[in-house]
Amino acid sequence: MLSRRWHPAEALFWAGAVAAAFLFPRQLLLMNEIAILALFALSLDLILGYAGIVSLGHAAFLGMGAYSAGFVALHVASDPLLGLFVGMAASGLLGLVTSPLVLKGNDLTRLMVTLGVGLLMLELANALSFITGGADGLQGIMMGKLFGQFEFDLFGRTAYAYSLGVLFVLFVLARRIVHSPFGLSLRAIRDNPLRATASGVPRNWRLAAVYTLSAAYAGAAGALLAQTTQFVSLDVLDFHRSADVMLVLIIGGAGYLYGGLIGSIAFKFLQDIISGFTPQYWQFWIGLFLVLFVLGGREMIHGGIKAVLARLRVLKPGKRS
Amino acid sequence: MSVVLETRALVKQFGGITPTDRISFSLERGARHALIGPNGAGKTTFVNLLTGVLRPTSGTVMLGGADITTLSREARVRIGLVRTFQINQLFATMTPLEMIAAVTSERLGLGTRGFSRLDASAGLVTETADILARFRLDDIMDETIATLPYGKQRQIEIAAAFAAKPSVLLLDEPAAGVPEAERRELLDTVAALPADVSVLLIEHDMDIVFRFATRITVLVNGQVLADGAPDAIARDPAVRTAYLGEAAHG
Repeated sequence: MLSRRWHPAEALFWAGAVAAAFLFPRQLLLMNEIAILALFALSLDLILGYAGIVSLGHAAFLGMGAYSAGFVALHVASDPLLGLFVGMAASGLLGLVTSPLVLKGNDLTRLMVTLGVGLLMLELANALSFITGGADGLQGIMMGKLFGQFEFDLFGRTAYAYSLGVLFVLFVLARRIVHSPFGLSLRAIRDNPLRATASGVPRNWRLAAVYTLSAAYAGAAGALLAQTTQFVSLDVLDFHRSADVMLVLIIGGAGYLYGGLIGSIAFKFLQDIISGFTPQYWQFWIGLFLVLFVLGGREMIHGGIKAVLARLRVLKPGKRS
Repeated sequence: MSVVLETRALVKQFGGITPTDRISFSLERGARHALIGPNGAGKTTFVNLLTGVLRPTSGTVMLGGADITTLSREARVRIGLVRTFQINQLFATMTPLEMIAAVTSERLGLGTRGFSRLDASAGLVTETADILARFRLDDIMDETIATLPYGKQRQIEIAAAFAAKPSVLLLDEPAAGVPEAERRELLDTVAALPADVSVLLIEHDMDIVFRFATRITVLVNGQVLADGAPDAIARDPAVRTAYLGEAAHG
C-alpha cells in the first residue's frame, strides 16, 4: 500500500469542522483559535513527527509570521492573502537560515539550540520596537475584506472560515508531501539516519527542506493569528507558545498529521473548560493532566487510535502497490 | 578481469595508532572476495574508509577507475558503492515495502519530489516489487519491520542494500547473530546475488568465508598479510600463526 487514499473518517473530520461553525455560532472565536493552533501543531508535526527534529523554539516562526503579516497590514496593504503569503515567506526564510543549526547534534542539542533561537527572536522583537512596537505590540491593524468580499466581523465568522480554509489547504498539501518520495525519505532519516545515508539520501538537504517548510507553515499560523485578532504582541514569541504546541502534539500524537489537529481541539477545550471554573489556577490543572497523561494515558489513547486505524486498514481490500 | 574497487597505499592514523597502514587492495569485477582478520586488525576502519565515513590520512580510493577519496557517503552510494551493517540498520517503523521503496526511490533520483505520489512512478513500483520477490519478502511486505523475526530483518538489511543497485556490495558479517534455523536461507540469499555485483565479504565465520569466497585478503595490524585463493590462504604459515592460531586460542 504505497498510496494513501482518503479515508471516510477524514472526510467526516473536516465536515465536522465546517458543521461546527453552524452548530456553535457563539464559539467561533474559540474555534478560530483552535484552527490556528492546529496549523501551528501541524507545522511542528512536519519536523517532529516526520523528520524527528525536536524543537522548543517553534514560536520563533509563529512570531515571525505574525509580525510580518501585521507589518504588511499596517504599512503595505490590508489584503489578508498578501499578508499570509509574506508571513509564510518570511518565516520560511528564517527557517532556511536557521536550519543548519538543527542539522548537527542529538535531540538535546536541538532542544537547546531551538530554545535559544526562540529566546533570541523574542529579545530581538523587544529591541526592534520601531518595527514591532516593542512591549506595546502592533496595534490598530485593519484587515481588508477576504477576496475583496468578506469583511472580518466581530463574531469571527469570516475569521474561522478563513483560518479553517487555510488550515485545510495547507493540510492537504502536507498530506501530499508526507506521502511523496520526499516524505518517505524524511521518515527514512527519522527512523535511521545511518541507513538513510547508506541508501544515498542527502540527509542535510532533506532536513533543511522540511525545516523550511515547517517554518513557513508556522508563519502561516502566525499570520492568521495577527490578522484575525488584529493585534500582534511579544506574546506570540513567548516560550509558552513553543511549549503549548509541543504539548498539543504530545496529546494528539505525532507522525500521522491529525495528531496536531485533534490535540489542539483537546488542548483548547481543556484550557477553556478549566479556566471557566478556576480562572486563576487553570495551569495547575493543565499541568496535572499533562503529568497523568504522559505517565499513563497516552499509551492507552494512542494505542486505541492505532488499534482503530489497524482495523480500518484490515477492512480495506489490501491493494498491492 | 578488470578491477572495480581499488585502494592505493591507503593510510589512516589516529594519533599514534595506525589502524590502516599502506593498504593496497583491489576488488575485481564480479568478485566473491572475503576480507578477514583477527579482532583489531583494522577491518572496520578499512570499510569506513571505503564507504566514506572516514577520510584517509593519505592514499586514494578508486571506484571504476575514478578517484572517490573525497566523495561523501551518499555520493558513493549513488555511484554504486553500497554496504550492509553488522548490526541491522533498518527503517524500523516502516514496512518492508516502504523501506525498499524508500531506497529505490532514492536510487531513481525521486527523493526530491514532494508532490508526486509514490505509486506514480512505474519504475519505482516494479523495481520495488522485483526486489521484494527476489528476497522472498513479498508475503510480509505490509508488516512493520520492527515486529519481524531477526532472520527476516537480516534479509531486509541485504535487500535494502541491493535496492541501491550496487556495483560493489560490502557485506559486513551478513549472518551475524542469525539463529541456525534461519541461517541457511540467508546464506542462500548471499549466494544468489547476481554475478555482475562485486561482493566484498567482511567475515569472522570461516565456514562462510571458505564456502563463499574465491579470493581472500587477510588483514593483520592494519596491513595486508596475505592475499590470494582460499586454498593458498589456508596453507599460508604466516596466516596460520597470525590469524588462525589466534582464532584457535579464542
